Amino acid sequence: MSSDSTQGHTTADFRPSGRIQFGIFFQGVNSGTVWKTPEAGSQTDFESFRRIAQTAERGLFAAFFLGEGLRLREHLGRVHELDVAGRPDAQTMLAALAGVTDKIGLVATQNTTYNDPADLAHRLASLDLISGGRAAWNIVTTDNAWTGQNFRRGGYLDHADRYRHAEAFVTVAKEIWDSWEDDVIAGNGAAKSWASASDGGAGAFARRVRHEGRHYSVDVVPRLPRSEQHRPVLFQAGDSQEGRDFAARQADVIFSAHPQLEDARAFRADLVERTVAAGRHPNALQIFPASEFILAPTEAEALEKKAWVRSLQIGPQQAIAFLEQFWGTSLSGYDPDGPLPDIDPVVEETSETRGSGFHGARARQLADQWRAEAKDKGLSIRQFVTAQSARRDATFTGSYQSVADHLAVYARDGVVDGFNISPWLIPTGLDEIVNHLVPELQERGVYPTEYHGSTLREHLGLPLPVRG
Amino acid sequence: MSGFLILEADGAGSHPAAWRAGRTAPASVLGSAGLREVALAAESAGFHALSYVDGPLPEGPDAQARLNALQRAAFVGPLTHAIGLLPEVDTVYTEPFHVATQLASLDYVSQGRGGWLLAASDDAREAAAVGRSVADGHRRRAEAGASVEANRRLWDSWEDDAVIKDVDSGRYLDADRLHYADFQADLGDGEGYFVKGPSIIPRPLQGQLPVVAPAGLVSADGPLTPRDVDAVLVSGSSLDRLRTELSQAREAFGARSEGGPAVIAELDVVLDARGLSAADRLGALDAATPWNSGRARFVGTAEGLADLLEELLALADGVRLHPAVLDVELPELSALTLPVLRSRGLLRIAAPGDTFRSVLGLERAVNRYSTEAAQSVAAGTGAQA
Repeated sequence: MSSDSTQGHTTADFRPSGRIQFGIFFQGVNSGTVWKTPEAGSQTDFESFRRIAQTAERGLFAAFFLGEGLRLREHLGRVHELDVAGRPDAQTMLAALAGVTDKIGLVATQNTTYNDPADLAHRLASLDLISGGRAAWNIVTTDNAWTGQNFRRGGYLDHADRYRHAEAFVTVAKEIWDSWEDDVIAGNGAAKSWASASDGGAGAFARRVRHEGRHYSVDVVPRLPRSEQHRPVLFQAGDSQEGRDFAARQADVIFSAHPQLEDARAFRADLVERTVAAGRHPNALQIFPASEFILAPTEAEALEKKAWVRSLQIGPQQAIAFLEQFWGTSLSGYDPDGPLPDIDPVVEETSETRGSGFHGARARQLADQWRAEAKDKGLSIRQFVTAQSARRDATFTGSYQSVADHLAVYARDGVVDGFNISPWLIPTGLDEIVNHLVPELQERGVYPTEYHGSTLREHLGLPLPVRG
Repeated sequence: MSGFLILEADGAGSHPAAWRAGRTAPASVLGSAGLREVALAAESAGFHALSYVDGPLPEGPDAQARLNALQRAAFVGPLTHAIGLLPEVDTVYTEPFHVATQLASLDYVSQGRGGWLLAASDDAREAAAVGRSVADGHRRRAEAGASVEANRRLWDSWEDDAVIKDVDSGRYLDADRLHYADFQADLGDGEGYFVKGPSIIPRPLQGQLPVVAPAGLVSADGPLTPRDVDAVLVSGSSLDRLRTELSQAREAFGARSEGGPAVIAELDVVLDARGLSAADRLGALDAATPWNSGRARFVGTAEGLADLLEELLALADGVRLHPAVLDVELPELSALTLPVLRSRGLLRIAAPGDTFRSVLGLERAVNRYSTEAAQSVAAGTGAQA
């Protein structure tokens, strides 16, 4: 197998795989999950997770993906009420799902800011072993003191430092996962000890890992051996320049925000360059953009369904709340079907729905711009907000055949390696995809027809990592 | 009143040399097959809970790798239907916000069968791994007390009906039914920490997961008081010492009828099995590594153990068994000891759908923030966390 650290690659080395795969992202907290319909199930009952994970596995999905929440979102100083919220701990849920699934990868989003490297690396290694080599870590960073209020260590990290901190963290984690020699555990009870160095000598079989950093120090003899896939697969989801470079150096898969074709092509080209610059083969970093699918037997039915889904996602209250984030004050007196508010925002900087990931545009300038645009196009508040969110639209809408044809282009050109799908309905939101879209893709020869091997690394076609 | 039995299910068994005498390869403690098999066997035998200890094992020939206890409990959660699941989780080197989320999640994946085997690490290796200093006795009790309170507040921070899904008002949540924990921990010497809340996950299915603490961490003067925990583990270095400790524990921690915690006796178990006497089996294991657990120990026949357990269940609400070798002791316990106890009517009947609170004889917990709790305080009836 090829190494992921060989020097001397060029961007011309990139080869389209000719196929795409799917992951499922059970979001837990977001505005895209529809709850205002009777088919919408629980966000926390285990049954919702079991059903959707087993459906995904029937559809040969590479991975089941969980987000992480470290503080409930707030809006205008109160807990945000309008969206689904409340999610289980990722690794605890994935350990439970490991017992009711056989093949699907299990991806836990975990924060480098509010965990200790030795502890987190140990727990991820444990999940990797308990699942037979199916674990992955989606690496995220946080810097705000608001989230830090939930933690003993508080908000200690500057925004500028977060990737430097994350990189040191990941480096230590990799050292921990690579620390055990292979084949050191006794074959039977007659051995001298439960584990011993492969040369049979008195030497240690696990390398001690030490790190002295600005924010933490680590001194540990790691307590778990390597898994069947050697160590957890690494996902990364940051989209900034620093985030992309970090992924190019450290990650196996980037969970991107660029699903639409031309945008995705540009993103691939950018990542290929960065990956080569980091000294890796351009195929060593895979791309799985976030996406949503609204499917039906015909185009017309799909469009009708999309309008219905959007009306549930962006109700009158959600539309007002969206503007309130930028106006920084209650707009409850305004008619969602009327024009945008005539008052100016009360704060110069945005008062964001905290934890939602929106950052800092200048509010007054934005308000003027939006009012002009809405007036120009004759849009009400709700219409404007719906149009606004369409700009960040990660949705594939259409008949099973047309969407499959479109995705086949991605596969042929190697635009992405897969799509991480957020179902807009829990727990039935994958049924149509697995029952109708997957067979169409298989007929076109661009989607797996069976699982390859038993580990996540094997499903993704990633090489075994070279020991650091 | 009928009692309950907890089986400690770590690794190959509780004897340090158990890995030499188990029926599977030493490396099998790192796989899922053994976890599944033991959990199903223990549940069908009628055990009321499984506990999983955690932390680094002593260095030397028996130093084994050990999967995270919380994950082991979560893994068997959906595979079982009646048995309580009690992973050991540390309070000194962990973030209470993470621990509260993890334990609440365990409760969800096990349909309300989660519990917390409380620990306060004094292991220098765990301290060095996270760049902290080793906690002394007082500090450990303070950490345990603070973490339990932080967890309990976070578990209550969502009222049971906080998810309202009110289409007309567009609200999924009712913010009035969510509460900030605003917990300020005092660890002594001017140290402490703050946890804001609310939790990231709705209230656990049991309301509050039962907290099971070693008696040594609990004291009437706090920081961790008998009212803060749901059960205490009581240990004695011999059977006589254990009997004495059990009667003293009841006195020190208060009667169940007055809200005192359940008392659980700790017992090592070695049984006659597979044509060998318990004494011979123990001798062979001890020849490899002596077993210095500090706990009382029964070495003998499965029927003899039933008689001892009958006696202990008169002094304690439950017994936690530490089997020398898990896959050798468990079949004997299942086939011989538990049926005898059941026929004598000494065991609570375990049934699918039981919560771990019900095993301990506890009602579903009232939420400190709910209207119901407020009324019960006003009426002077109290409301147990």
